[in-house]
Amino acid sequence: MTKHHVETTVNGNEVEFLCATEQTLLDVLRDELYLTGSKEGCSSGDCGACSVMLDGRLVCACLVLGVEAQGRKVETIEGMASGDTLHPLQQTFLEHAALQCGICTPGILVAAKALLERNADPSETEVRFWLAGNLCRCTGYDKIVRAVLDTAAQMRGATSKSGKAAKKAVTEGA
Amino acid sequence: MNDMIIPDLVERELKVVGTRPLRPDGMDKVTGRAKFGADMHVPNMLIGRVLRSPHAHARIKSIDASKARALKGVKAVITADALCDLPSEFVPAGEMMVNFRDITRNVMARDKALYEGHAVAAVAATSDAVAAQALSLIEVDYEVLPHVIDVEKAMQPDAPLLHDDMYTIGADPKPEKPSNIAKRVEFGFGDLDAGFAKADVVVEREFTTKPVHQGYIEPHACLASVSEDGQAELWCTTQGQFIVRAFCAKLLGMEVSQLRVTASEIGGGFGGKTVVYLEPLALALSREACQPVKMVMSRTEVFQASGPTSGAKLWIKVGATKDGTVTAADALLKYQAGAFQGSPVQPGAMCAFAPYELENVRVIGFDVVVNRPKVAAYRAPGGPIAEFAVESVMDEVALKINMDPVDFRLKNAAKEGTRAPYGPKLGPIGLVQTLQAARAHEHYAAPLKANQGRGVASGFWFNIGGETCASLNVGEDGSVAMVVGTPDIGGSRASLSMMAAEELGIPLEHVHPIIGDTSSLGFNFLTGGSRVTFSSGMAIVQAAREVIEILRDRAAKLWEVPMEEVEWVDGHARFTGSGEAKSLSLVELAKTAGKTGGPIIGNAAINATGAGPSLATHLVDVEVDPETGAVKILRYTAIQDAGKAVHPSYVEGQMQGGAVQGIGWALNEEYIYDDKGRLENPGFLDYRIPVCSDVPMIDTVIVEVPNPNHPYGVRGVGETPIVPPMGAIANAVSHATGVRFTDLPMSPPRVLDAIDSNQAT
Repeated sequence: MTKHHVETTVNGNEVEFLCATEQTLLDVLRDELYLTGSKEGCSSGDCGACSVMLDGRLVCACLVLGVEAQGRKVETIEGMASGDTLHPLQQTFLEHAALQCGICTPGILVAAKALLERNADPSETEVRFWLAGNLCRCTGYDKIVRAVLDTAAQMRGATSKSGKAAKKAVTEGA
Repeated sequence: MNDMIIPDLVERELKVVGTRPLRPDGMDKVTGRAKFGADMHVPNMLIGRVLRSPHAHARIKSIDASKARALKGVKAVITADALCDLPSEFVPAGEMMVNFRDITRNVMARDKALYEGHAVAAVAATSDAVAAQALSLIEVDYEVLPHVIDVEKAMQPDAPLLHDDMYTIGADPKPEKPSNIAKRVEFGFGDLDAGFAKADVVVEREFTTKPVHQGYIEPHACLASVSEDGQAELWCTTQGQFIVRAFCAKLLGMEVSQLRVTASEIGGGFGGKTVVYLEPLALALSREACQPVKMVMSRTEVFQASGPTSGAKLWIKVGATKDGTVTAADALLKYQAGAFQGSPVQPGAMCAFAPYELENVRVIGFDVVVNRPKVAAYRAPGGPIAEFAVESVMDEVALKINMDPVDFRLKNAAKEGTRAPYGPKLGPIGLVQTLQAARAHEHYAAPLKANQGRGVASGFWFNIGGETCASLNVGEDGSVAMVVGTPDIGGSRASLSMMAAEELGIPLEHVHPIIGDTSSLGFNFLTGGSRVTFSSGMAIVQAAREVIEILRDRAAKLWEVPMEEVEWVDGHARFTGSGEAKSLSLVELAKTAGKTGGPIIGNAAINATGAGPSLATHLVDVEVDPETGAVKILRYTAIQDAGKAVHPSYVEGQMQGGAVQGIGWALNEEYIYDDKGRLENPGFLDYRIPVCSDVPMIDTVIVEVPNPNHPYGVRGVGETPIVPPMGAIANAVSHATGVRFTDLPMSPPRVLDAIDSNQAT
């Protein structure tokens, strides 16, 4: 079996790898590049745990072939923080306790970031439908949705009403 | 080993416990750094795969793996012979008992395949592609046998028999012939006939529930490495590394201390990761190949071959007087165990009526094997199934006597001193407080429109303690390394370090938790039974108190005063005798430890007892679309007694997560089989768990009735939240439509059928 030589950009770094025809982008990220932050929950595009950005578009890495990454830009959870500064979504997820086991968290963060890049002021309904492709079995989604809404408010530089309420709940206990 | 710890309930003002700090492991989990079961790679690693039965029930006449073995790149092929055949022996796992004879047969079929997806062989090869090709070269000669997947059909005398040596335990007289009924249990007291004779109203109904899967997003995964001298290491996603060690050592014929098991981060378990599937196979393959072997289940394999919880057939009868007093309660529960005995019918029977104070009560349960995957624990195993049916009948009784369902429950609520249907008297519990909070909640007064309905249900779960070890190692700079043996499945590193910081009187940032592997601590029972914050917390508190004793002793030595004149306050040793005030911080004492007596550590090895039951009441409003049968959750409020919420955000998270899992169970989730006993929906597309857009915000109210047996009053909180939802939602849907719903899930076609047939009559 001849493997394909692929050159691509992952989180701003130029990388090259060899992959078999049937290997998915997720297989390549995890097993060839050891970027295991993207998770495999179903390998059928139903759980969203492998959500990554491909040329600025949110995709399930399990539904993309490794060879399709040729000449394109891939962004994963490993590239979300800059240096020791977390992306506001990462920080707010921690503050809101918006994760329990954490297996869905990378995919949800990547998907939520994609949402906020196209819609800076989403409604609760918009957040819920945007994240409908990312399964979480632990949280019941409540704290995740609040964290996304609160981050959106923070990033707009204004504090929305729901954000204020959520923020208050976090700081009251601390 | 201490069997009992004097609780010494902390009454001082708390500085850390009860606050909402960031979790210690949070950074790794938002950056993708956290290593879960499938995230480990090691040099020279092989990939393992499992060949599974395509039949629901078949005799394995022969297996020919010679072609697979001959394939280039294949390094090991195993069948059941690679594992020990073991005698029947029961051991605890979570809240259930397991049998080694069954475990070895479940991880790899011997003689017979008992369900579609039952493992029959496994291979390890240099790549996943080669392993997959090798599987296709294994020739299995099956004799297909008649199968049975329905619980009541399986109980018939002429049903296909799964195990020809299974004689019902608990049946009187002892049966003369084998059957699929593994066990009969019965609980209760009083005089049912007299109780029903006193009743003004009697409601009697039958219910069915379908098997539902825990639905953790992370599939089972492990990496095993056995060296040439038999020493073995295993990395795996599990709720209990010590249980994995115990099971695997037994199946492989090893000493437990030859095998070091490290629990990876765990991507959800809900009870489903309390048993072994791939782990013994990976070890056996690695032992044969003398190379590390990694195995990961596909989602299809997770559905076909790992444990869902039971589907069941239930019958409930309750009588009450017009003033709302329940006079008698009777139940018959038939639970599917899957291919091997061990459904959670016993805990289900014990807690079916546990939220009620009853004079006359009986519950009979049957554990029945069928040609489906062996069930595994699922969050409050057995409880949600039984309490769904009971709470539906209680709702109907309240309706018939025209009484508010919350008032009805308040009138009959179990409280401290109530004799539980399973025997003992209950200690302090918070059911009444949750009902009062429900009645006072604004949700309960919110107006409802056409096609909308409101449901109420309460729920009970026992919670457990068990064997627990923990260590606190004080570093020379005063920072504290905390080692616990219970995997952190949803924030226990946070709750446990908070209790350590509170006891020691030091800032939380100086406590650094790790989950120890099996060689770093004594035996720990697993993360299950809502026991970790209770049991590991108790061990941490004891270890911290041991550290404080040592610190007081060191300060006394430095000051040359009796230890009795040194107290520990706010992270400092303080001299309480007459004379000049003296004080030394934990950091100062740690720095001089080498000169004052050596390293400062605290260890605890306990058998935690006195776990307190946690009770809950849930309120839900639904809207039913009369044209499609779709049920929309409009409002949801979960109210629960936590004893003490150490980190309230993670307590709320448990309540919200349990409620939404319950919404899935109530409305959509079910295993669908074809007539050959093959699962038709082994994937997240067709086995649809709730997604973000299916549910509203889940409001929470935490009630705190302290558990007197824990230093901070902690009860477990993780399991109870999935007990009330199905009953509450069934009641809400029934009120919205005027039709009583008795079968789960209440999926659109079923709801539509019920509405249509109601209109037709």
